Amino acid sequence: MAEPFLEVRKVTKRFPGVVALLGVDLQVCPAEVVALIGENGAGKSTLMKILAGVQQADEGELWVDGKLVRFSGVQDAQKAGIALIHQELNLADNLTVAANMFLGREPGKFGWIDQGLIEREAVRVLKLVGLDVSPDTLLSDLPLGKQQLVEIAKALSTDAKVIIMDEPTSSLSLSESERLFEVIRDLRENGVSVIYISHRLGEVQELADRVVVFRDGENAGTLERTEVEHDAMVRLMVGRDVSQFYRRTAHDLGEVALSVHGLRTVEHPSNPLEFEVRAGEVVGVAGLVGAGRSEMLAALFGARPALGGEISIMGQRGLPRSPREALGRGLALVPEDRKGQGLILDMAVKENMSLASLRRDAWGPFLNTRKEDELAAEMTAALSVKTPGAWQLARFLSGGNQQKIVLAKWLALKPKVLLLDEPTRGIDIGAKEEIYLLMEQFAREGMAVLFVSSEMEEIMGMADRTLVMHEGRITGELDREDFSEKAIMELATGGVSNKAD
Amino acid sequence: MKKIKGILITMIVIYVATAILGDNFLGGYNQGKLLERTGLYGLLGIGVAFVIITGGIDLSIGSVVCLVGCGVPWLVMKQGWSPGDAVVVAMLVALCIGLWHGFLITKLKLQPFVVTLCSLLIFRGATRGLAEDQSQGFGGEHEAFRVWGTEAIAVTDKFGIPYPFLILVVVAVIAWVFLNKTIWGRYLFALGNNEEATRLSGVNTDLMVIFSYVICSMLAAFGGLLFILNGNSAQPSDFGNFYELYAIAAAVLGGCSLRGGEGTIVGVVIGTAVMQLLKNMINLVDWLKSHMEFLIVGVVLLVAVVADELIKRRVRK
Repeated sequence: MAEPFLEVRKVTKRFPGVVALLGVDLQVCPAEVVALIGENGAGKSTLMKILAGVQQADEGELWVDGKLVRFSGVQDAQKAGIALIHQELNLADNLTVAANMFLGREPGKFGWIDQGLIEREAVRVLKLVGLDVSPDTLLSDLPLGKQQLVEIAKALSTDAKVIIMDEPTSSLSLSESERLFEVIRDLRENGVSVIYISHRLGEVQELADRVVVFRDGENAGTLERTEVEHDAMVRLMVGRDVSQFYRRTAHDLGEVALSVHGLRTVEHPSNPLEFEVRAGEVVGVAGLVGAGRSEMLAALFGARPALGGEISIMGQRGLPRSPREALGRGLALVPEDRKGQGLILDMAVKENMSLASLRRDAWGPFLNTRKEDELAAEMTAALSVKTPGAWQLARFLSGGNQQKIVLAKWLALKPKVLLLDEPTRGIDIGAKEEIYLLMEQFAREGMAVLFVSSEMEEIMGMADRTLVMHEGRITGELDREDFSEKAIMELATGGVSNKAD
Repeated sequence: MKKIKGILITMIVIYVATAILGDNFLGGYNQGKLLERTGLYGLLGIGVAFVIITGGIDLSIGSVVCLVGCGVPWLVMKQGWSPGDAVVVAMLVALCIGLWHGFLITKLKLQPFVVTLCSLLIFRGATRGLAEDQSQGFGGEHEAFRVWGTEAIAVTDKFGIPYPFLILVVVAVIAWVFLNKTIWGRYLFALGNNEEATRLSGVNTDLMVIFSYVICSMLAAFGGLLFILNGNSAQPSDFGNFYELYAIAAAVLGGCSLRGGEGTIVGVVIGTAVMQLLKNMINLVDWLKSHMEFLIVGVVLLVAVVADELIKRRVRK
């Protein structure tokens, strides 16, 4: 192996209540594409933030080009030749392509911008990424795939030697992804290294010279080019064979618990949705970011009431106009953004757990604190929530335990249909397995479970059946025996029409 | 208790300092006056605390005080209404003001600051128009009505507990029970922390927010009524000026966070008392001039807020 350009040695990073990274190593050689994979919460993003100077490591060393470095800000990392491209693009919609590329480091004197220099430089770099647009195009006029290329061009214009891409394809179509892969290969030809983070193991297999696997904030292993194959990657990611990680047991399904007819969401009003979920069934919803999956759950739950259509829950028809109505009918939603939508961070564990059932347990208008304590004790035990006490503020718990609090809030109401949006995002692998076990248990007890996930492994491991969405439509439905990454990706990128070709 | 420790200590320090430095501070008349002022301003503080707990703000309090403070004597003296009718109408108007604020903030999604800033201007201007900018009062009449603002339960021959303070205690107890013992109180704190998560937990958050603005306006009106009963003279151009700021300052001193989700009624009452003590101190201590009032109140408030923030940071670590 050539002398590494970038080397991470024994880096540790702690956050309140959780160790995000524990003595991890990573080497990146010049002109190498290193894929970094791991389940949600494995510490990939934290390491990338440290490399990009967004956060600082508590312990450990960074070496760039044979020198020990310390980044105290993004600019330090930039100077060292490291650029990070976030999953959500960090560009200003209202500015031109060129202005975005030079934002914050505009060349010129005394506050005057040297517009000519910017344009010339922009044209040069845009050519490198094969993007054929004028530098004075407004960014908002470009599709997402091209915006991504602008972001890469911006990184190149800072003379980046290592470009970190965090889930770059999570909102790209198949052809846009292909385009991106070409650019990545070109970059490698030109001596630029890429750290590629993705959940799509197919892409990783296609692109990577080397695969580094993280698990629970530690190095789980490295696969050289020749060893890279799907099962090996998964085994390193989850620490054992998949069949043991996702434990599903066969049980009989009950009657139809949730049936959806012609549901039209605010975001995709022209694509009415139709599907059913039976009691005891676990149904996954796969698709790209922006496919309208969360919007569908929000419409079902009345969080953003649907424009039309009908849903029936255990045969009872109607369309919830508010979350309050929805939960009265036996629906529950564990939202994607746990901190923003799921929890009251500065309230106690027990107060979070009781929030939805407060009214039911109340004594007229008065709080029934005895019931609240009982509920908290019962749920803490049932879901094995790790907390020093029910009085602890939700803020201070780890992601997995926070998610259990959100689950507990709903279980208190004994819902018939449980909607989960990215239920294991950002939680460590142990807690993740517990969440899976709980989902399995809920299904066995006769709950209908509908979950949205962007993690292929999770969909394939947990679902009895999967709905795949693309641009607001359900483009396909796969039964467990037909699951494959390829089949799901095809449907997720609008594959129905492809198939017809 | 933990949350109000800081403000309680502040109050005691100022109290003792004024007792030492000022003349006649401990006299019965002065002590009674302090309780009376705390009672009057405390009502406004409790009202605005409800709004602040939801993460909102109400800048119209002073103007509502003015509207009611001038409007009630105007109805009674100029229009010949009975005091009872005038009070009922005043409270209904306040109810409508609160509903209007809540409606604009929750349904039209306007910012509380802007909405209530407009009200601050509108109701001040409307009152001046209504009263033709003339001073309003009851003259020598309606003594029986005015006792609610002026009388006290005598304890010694110089010291009594003023009615406004007793009223504050009753209102404070009700507010405390509401915030700490009912589900609605819990909902207010929850939505002040995270409105979206609270809504997604099945709470009608809009209704709760509207309710908080109604409470705020109605307590402002009630306070305005007691102020005019107490003072018997209201100039539309300045009656109630800056009272919203006194109320907000008292709430913040008492531990309310303008980010929402935090605050205690006991804290607000003590915060109000601190504000009144400061005023009293400036009056009684020779070398403190009355024109320095804002300077001193501002500095004390700033020190309190900075200290609170620093303590919180240490606790987080």
